[in-house]
Amino acid sequence: MADTKKKQQTDAKGNPIVSAPPSGLRVILREFTHDKAAMAAFIIMMVIILGAVIGSFFVPSSRYTDVNILQQWAKPGTNGYLLGGDDGGRDVLSSLIVGMRNSIAIGWCVAILIEIIGITVGLLSGYFGGWVDNILMRITDFFMILPALMIQIVVITIVSRFNIWVLIIMITALGWMSTARLYRAAVLSQAKRDYVLASKTSGSNSFRIMFLEVLPNISSLLLVDTTLSFATSVGIETGLTYLGFGLPDTTPSIGRLISYASDPVSMQQYPWSWLPATLMLIVLSLSVNYVGKALQRAADSRQRLG
Amino acid sequence: MWKTILRRVILMIPQIIILSLFIFLLAKMMPGDPFTGLITPNTSPSQIAKLRQEAGLNNPWYVQYVSWVGRAFHGDFGMSYAMQRPVTEIIGERAVNTLYLAILSVIITYVIAIPFGVWAGRYEGTWIDTSIQFYNFISMSTPSFVVYLLAIAAFGFGLKWFPTSGSVSVSASGFFGIIASRIYHIILPSILIGILTNASTVQYLRSGIVDNKLEDYVKTARSKGVPERVVFNRHILRNSLLPIAAFFGNVITGLLGGAIFAETIFSYPGMGKLFIDSVNGRDYSVMTALVLLYGILTLLGNLLSDIIMSIVDPRIRID
Repeated sequence: MADTKKKQQTDAKGNPIVSAPPSGLRVILREFTHDKAAMAAFIIMMVIILGAVIGSFFVPSSRYTDVNILQQWAKPGTNGYLLGGDDGGRDVLSSLIVGMRNSIAIGWCVAILIEIIGITVGLLSGYFGGWVDNILMRITDFFMILPALMIQIVVITIVSRFNIWVLIIMITALGWMSTARLYRAAVLSQAKRDYVLASKTSGSNSFRIMFLEVLPNISSLLLVDTTLSFATSVGIETGLTYLGFGLPDTTPSIGRLISYASDPVSMQQYPWSWLPATLMLIVLSLSVNYVGKALQRAADSRQRLG
Repeated sequence: MWKTILRRVILMIPQIIILSLFIFLLAKMMPGDPFTGLITPNTSPSQIAKLRQEAGLNNPWYVQYVSWVGRAFHGDFGMSYAMQRPVTEIIGERAVNTLYLAILSVIITYVIAIPFGVWAGRYEGTWIDTSIQFYNFISMSTPSFVVYLLAIAAFGFGLKWFPTSGSVSVSASGFFGIIASRIYHIILPSILIGILTNASTVQYLRSGIVDNKLEDYVKTARSKGVPERVVFNRHILRNSLLPIAAFFGNVITGLLGGAIFAETIFSYPGMGKLFIDSVNGRDYSVMTALVLLYGILTLLGNLLSDIIMSIVDPRIRID
């Protein structure tokens, strides 16, 4: 990452026409739009996200909450059940759309929280160095060795008043470490640059330098890492929900739909209850990760397609 | 080298202390205590209260912590609430199963990862490299539990090639019969774990080979007229395999952690399944012991990686 930045800055300096150097983000977006596979992945991702978010406004909540035992395991395409019904006669398609929206919303919340913690820890650690860095990195190391999935499950089980925020906080609490390390490395390479030293000499406040001067220079990381964190947290949330420790049963969710596959009977006889959610999750994970990797390539000047 | 290892072990001590403290406090937040497992319709509340007093459960938390650590050192994690048996005994039975699964998974991981990493590095930039990179991208991006589910649906229930639950079939008899049945039960989960977890090893190996190809000693060997095959096998490959050896510890801990989903989905009676069962049954003493065990295993895995690294790479030793 250190080399990336160096190259981008000289790129900008070597360009006499533009007075303001093109920002890292603009360069990345230009690269990104030239990558056809990445654009395809981006379109798939946006179709799923927008479809879930906009679609959920048009789904009446009775479709996925009201139990209608007569329509239990309704076959796809019958009685207005486009993708069939589940064990309570609820519409699978409606649950899928709303569940997708819930997973996406939780994923974004976690990704944003992870970025906030990661940037703060990374900036403080990389900028101040010394004992601040030492303490923060030992804390990060400690979180790294925790068996994440187990701690999440244990805390979610023993919290007496469980709600979505507990889930979000638990996924964040055990998922910010690699992001913090990533930002720390990027900030370390910036902290000894001339512009930081100049700003320090002219008496700028440390926090001003960190958040207003260093942070914009590592902004390309933000885009890449938010995307990748989003993909990871959607996977963790659906996994927890699948095991029964995520979203409650009453909330439509991808994890609950997938968990119909944990019962051998419904797995074999009613594949419409779990297969669409499973495939949807795979497609979403692949497309979001592909977009993230493509952004990463675009941000790294050594890997540019040209 | 011994100095490095000693230093590394000493550095681990505060981590173990904080980890155990953290898990102890977590355990204190759980309802119940070691005697909940002893309660039967015939025990009176005063008896339990007396036992609690004698066991020091009314002492301040730090006194309790020290005695908890002392007991844990002796392998005493109390009684299972649900099964009325010592926790250590229950975990011991399941640990063997998880060990079998982990061993076969590690073998399959390396059987796939080493040739793939070598090919990707050797034929860098060709379609071979691109295909391997794409495969690694998919294996890293897909949530693993979904793959287990699809595989058990297709190969277990659909085609009926593999069993869908258990660790050994009841009808298996004889030494070899039982071994064959065990392998038959773990082969599908191990293949899946192997397929899904080799990405980092492949990438390490690939980038090692790509970097080493440009080193001066490779140019020297080539200019001396060493045959290309020897240059690759003896000079490039041997130096690129070192980081893989070091990565071994992390692979082991990754497998143990990842086995929770695999064991649950394949109903395989290992530690991961035991953990999920103990959470569902609110068997807090088993839960606590397993979390502590996995935490310590992760620490030991990292330690193992660092020790292997200091053996194979003298540059990082502290003298």
